[in-house]
Amino acid sequence: MTASERIAGTVANYVDERTGAAKWMKKNLNKVFPDHWSFLLGEIALYSFIILLLSGTFLTFWFDPSQREVIYEGAYEPLEGLKMSAAYASTLHISFEIRGGLLMRQIHHWAALIFMAAIVVHLMRVYFTGAFRKPREFNWIIGIGLLTLGIVEGFLGYSLPDDLLSGTGIRIAEAIIQALPVVGSYLAFFAFGGAFPGEAFIPRIYTVHVLLLPGAFLALITIHLMLVWYQKHTQYPGPGRTEKNVVGYPLFPVYMAKAGGFFFIVFGVTAFLGAVASINPIWLYGPYTPGQISAGSQPDWYMGWLDGLVRMSPPLESHVFGHTISWNILIPGLIVPGILFTGMALYPFIESWMTGDKREHHLLDRPRNAPNRTALGVMSLTFMLIALINGGNDIIAITFDLTINQIMWFSRIGIFVLPPLAFVITKRLCLSLQRADRDLVLHGRETGRLVMMPHGEFVEVHEPISPQKAWLLTQHEQNPPLALEESDLRGVRRPGVLKNKLRARLSKAHAVAIPKVTADDLKEIEHH
Amino acid sequence: MLALLSIGTTFSIAGAATEAPITAAERSALIDEGQRIFLKGCSSCHGINLEGSAIAPALLGVGAASVDFQVATGRMPVADMSVQIARKQPVYDEKQVEALAAYVSSLAPGPQVPGESQLNYERDGSTAEGGELFRTNCAMCHNFAAQGGALSQGKYAPTLMGVEARHIYEAMITGPQSMPVFSDKTITPNEKLSMIKWIKAVEAEPQLGGAALGRVGPVTEGLLVWTLGLGLLVGVAVWLAMKAR
Ligand code: HEC
Ligand code: HEC
Ligand code: HEM
Repeated sequence: MTASERIAGTVANYVDERTGAAKWMKKNLNKVFPDHWSFLLGEIALYSFIILLLSGTFLTFWFDPSQREVIYEGAYEPLEGLKMSAAYASTLHISFEIRGGLLMRQIHHWAALIFMAAIVVHLMRVYFTGAFRKPREFNWIIGIGLLTLGIVEGFLGYSLPDDLLSGTGIRIAEAIIQALPVVGSYLAFFAFGGAFPGEAFIPRIYTVHVLLLPGAFLALITIHLMLVWYQKHTQYPGPGRTEKNVVGYPLFPVYMAKAGGFFFIVFGVTAFLGAVASINPIWLYGPYTPGQISAGSQPDWYMGWLDGLVRMSPPLESHVFGHTISWNILIPGLIVPGILFTGMALYPFIESWMTGDKREHHLLDRPRNAPNRTALGVMSLTFMLIALINGGNDIIAITFDLTINQIMWFSRIGIFVLPPLAFVITKRLCLSLQRADRDLVLHGRETGRLVMMPHGEFVEVHEPISPQKAWLLTQHEQNPPLALEESDLRGVRRPGVLKNKLRARLSKAHAVAIPKVTADDLKEIEHH
Repeated sequence: MLALLSIGTTFSIAGAATEAPITAAERSALIDEGQRIFLKGCSSCHGINLEGSAIAPALLGVGAASVDFQVATGRMPVADMSVQIARKQPVYDEKQVEALAAYVSSLAPGPQVPGESQLNYERDGSTAEGGELFRTNCAMCHNFAAQGGALSQGKYAPTLMGVEARHIYEAMITGPQSMPVFSDKTITPNEKLSMIKWIKAVEAEPQLGGAALGRVGPVTEGLLVWTLGLGLLVGVAVWLAMKAR
């Protein structure tokens, strides 16, 4: 033993005797983490959150969250001598006078966009593989919470510099709050501490953006990860992988090394974007002034779908007891998002209600083997995409020589027609893929080699697939739909019959499948 | 100013380097030349006496500024009548444009082409004030950085990058197609110069934060994140999961 090893040993022993860390570490560092690229998507979100914390802290050193009016006397000449808020002026100061300030601002903003995009693709992977099923429903709900908070956090951060574009965004947010029946105008008055824009809003959202929400994120992410830890990771099906084990690499050192490396890669990509591509050039937007607006005012992409929904709704208002209800803002701004996010959060429970499946699942589904779920997911994504496209309708119009009106009508009709279409197409696609799997197991792989039979006929040689592959293609469960009785033995309708009918129908839709190959099928083939 | 506005003895030549008054003889030769070109290239739509037709407006009183703007930016003569008549390679050279302008304004007075000394925005304009005025008056159509924007029904406000100072000025005083007129009462000549100065500053501004992504705001940023940003990261994730198998 060398001297340094002896010292290390003494220190380790000292710590262990006082904390019992060794036992804990042995137990936990031997945990196994399965290896699949899609399991790294949540990590992209995690690492960009850390980057957001670090770069954001840097920005707080100089950012002045105040709507106090100042005269600009900084380095950016085209704004010289203009009146603006201290918030805007300090953002210019960070951009042009603080060393590395602009880079840091751009890293912070790119990291925010990557954070949100990573959450969305992570969510897609969790959804399409059925990882949200029992016992992981809570983690799914926490995830939806993180997604929602992410949208809010991003919007508030985007609003902080008090530039012309974000000010326009706040104005729209104010309109959405005001659209709430009865309480709307009071609520808006309360949030802004008076009439719009006032002097209170930026300081308030600053506290929320740098303190309250990051705290909430830290708490939720901690719980989220502890649950992943405690419940262990799900895994894709494969030989040797069961509902009872996890096959993969030990957390330490293999996984830790990879994860550590991955952090630096995420940081590298974010810093690269921050260094080469401009984002939110607020000096070009100018300071916010209520009378001004720019063509093509857009929010960041994660809010774009909301903007798109508001843009596509026709003017609809009704007057009730002297109150004006602006349906054209209320429906796209609050009701539709409310339904969407509630539906998303509750989906694990809805699915288990439809299928009657209350068992634990640790093996993931291949998306094709859950056609109904996959189709529903693609349908929701289609909805969001159309809304998002309409959010950029003016930019798209001028880029592709279309008219705003064409895009608007495309989205108005498309938002009703295309998602159901996407559902039908996806479901059929899943079933065809199942059929292809079945054929593969039964008849093997086409080799492309042709052989001439003695009587002159050409046939293609089929090669049987490996047992591993065959196992993968046949391991999934295929459960029959729920059998729900509508009436009791004497033909008397039971209470809740409608609910049962609905449930039975949904369950049936969910259970549609191409029968997978069974052992009997294979035996039969061997006979021939 | 008054002298400039009243057509008569002094006549500023469109875009020419000198603003020296020209003789009456030279002027009438110019007008004749202008009429000749007009009859050949414009009268089919605008009528033989500028009276207009079913498809094109009368040009009486539109002034030399309007003619100079329309013809020197290639909008006139119209090649194809679409939703909006677009800027294109001019058909006529400077001299011919000048003749056309002289001819049209000889029949009825209207806004004149601003001369060089009137367009000294470097001297008479203020960039910051110009930016402020631009954001108040123009950004809602032309975008915050004068990159252009879409209007309803397929119309659009074009980008102002690369547009000559003279044409920017003329656009403001004549208000082509769906653009409003900004008279000297609403926006003084000096304020106009300030805006031109700001537009030129934006045009010359280096890409401060890296690739400017079209200066159209968050749409292109979002596109970049979903393609390059996420593309790289997911690519690396796939590669990492494959490594050390
Ligand atoms: C094919 C038909 C056509 C031809 C040829 C044509 N114009 Fe025009 N012009 C139009 C139309 C249509 C407009 C109206 C555009 C608008 O404002 O919507 C117009 C507008 C104008 C205006 C702007 C009027 C205003 O109100 O300020 C001027 C100036 C003008 N034309 C000059 C000319 C000149 C000079 C020529 C010949 C070089 C010419 N045009 C040839 C169709 C034509
Ligand atoms: C209501 C929207 C609107 C506003 C406001 C507006 N413009 Fe325009 N602008 C247009 C449209 C539309 C055109 C295209 C007209 C055409 O091609 O005949 C245009 C064309 C121009 C052009 C000609 C560009 C070229 O390619 O030749 C200039 C210069 C211009 N505008 C400057 C301004 C300035 C400066 C302001 C503010 C003082 C302003 N505009 C305000 C809509 C607008
Ligand atoms: C702040 C944003 C988020 C961070 C930092 C984050 C981080 C992570 C990480 C690192 C994992 C483990 C690796 C993985 O499976 O990808 C994970 C798992 C998980 N996440 Fe997230 N996540 C976030 C948002 C979400 C969202 C939006 C959802 C869904 C709505 C979600 C649902 C889940 C579930 C259910 C698991 C367990 C998956 C499994 O074990 O297979 N998370 N998360």
